[in-house]
Amino acid sequence: MTNEARVPTRMGDGTFARLTRSEIRADLVAGSEAAVKRAKVPPLTDVELDHLLDIYASAARFTGVDVGDEIILSCDGTGMKTHASRIQDLQSYEQWMGADLLELCVGDYSLKVVRTILSYEAQYMHDALLCTVAPLQYGVMPNLGLYSKPDGPCDNWNELLPLGKIAEARAAQEEAVEMAVLDMVRLADSQYEAGADAIDWDTTGASGDPEFLAALRATAIIREKYPDLGVQLGMAGEFVLGMHGQLEWEGVRLAGLWPKEQLLLAQQAGATMFGPVVNVNTGKSCAWNIARAIALVKPCMEVATIPVHMNAGMGVGAVPMFVHAPADAVSRAAKSCVDLLHVDGL
Amino acid sequence: MQMTRGMRLKEAKDYVAGKLGVTPFDLSDPVVMTDVRNEHGFGRIHSYAISQPWQANQIEAKFNIARVLDVPINCVEKFKERTTPTGGAK
Repeated sequence: MTNEARVPTRMGDGTFARLTRSEIRADLVAGSEAAVKRAKVPPLTDVELDHLLDIYASAARFTGVDVGDEIILSCDGTGMKTHASRIQDLQSYEQWMGADLLELCVGDYSLKVVRTILSYEAQYMHDALLCTVAPLQYGVMPNLGLYSKPDGPCDNWNELLPLGKIAEARAAQEEAVEMAVLDMVRLADSQYEAGADAIDWDTTGASGDPEFLAALRATAIIREKYPDLGVQLGMAGEFVLGMHGQLEWEGVRLAGLWPKEQLLLAQQAGATMFGPVVNVNTGKSCAWNIARAIALVKPCMEVATIPVHMNAGMGVGAVPMFVHAPADAVSRAAKSCVDLLHVDGL
Repeated sequence: MQMTRGMRLKEAKDYVAGKLGVTPFDLSDPVVMTDVRNEHGFGRIHSYAISQPWQANQIEAKFNIARVLDVPINCVEKFKERTTPTGGAK
């Protein structure tokens, strides 16, 4: 038994745990070591661990960055008919919540769904831009899986792979990449003509390396066609899954890339903002998760020439995997990212 | 500045503050920035603060933002194209 006082802190699933300061520090060290082991990144320093300890061993309901250290908050899905029309939603976010940027999207959020309604979405963007002030982007998730049967035209690589039909699965993914790139560029064409400020590829890489490749290729084409159109490239996970395994971008194999290498390719392709993701382990404390997340993303910050908006929401960036993210956990994760990573936004 | 120019945070804050004649520290201060936004016609954050009909808002505010910050804004440029005698027809 210990006489150390216990403070309420959260687990990755959002439930409260009461840990001592020593236990929280041990979790921070273990989280950092987990990142070192998996991604071969440097561990957090003692100074960094102590700073995180002060943030996570505090019993305060809410915390925040120092005055003057405020960052930009980006978002997905602020204009998706949550409580009124989509334009009214955008205006609410802008005027009631002071959003730094806005995003128009459809509820399904998948590229393949949006491709059939491009003209309607462009017209809506046109109208929304007339009655908002904040920068307004159009967001989709590439969601390459929808290009496979039964939802799409390509053979289903997730069915082919367990059958050992590797070549067929790879061919199906390559076919889907070609389709997705065309659809992404067409979406950008229509949104640029409407007047959009940027395009957001959200949860990129959810279907692994072919999806990441599609986003990189589309981004490069868009950068060439529209030099002033923003492209935000946000990831789906900390690690690019090798669903294909052999795909490359400019000679770099995509499968297995961690945030630093992801960022370098996003920059090279012409993205204007990058969103690294570190997934939450729900069985570990938020302290463990934040140390791991910061250790994984820190190398990314050292080579960034474009703004980095780390993903800090439900189930990523040490924010609990719970639909109503507790403010104490969200604010601690945000402050940690700002203080230690010096992110440009979240 | 971040979204379309790819500027890192410090660079973006310095740029905007310089154009507005304030410090980067001021940019997050609503007391200072409410007056600055009003002075330049940038629209105001709270809807009731823009109730005066002579104040710029929405697309009008974006014209002012583009001019003062000296950055082209896509929808402002498109607005200009569409309000020419050809109506922006291509």
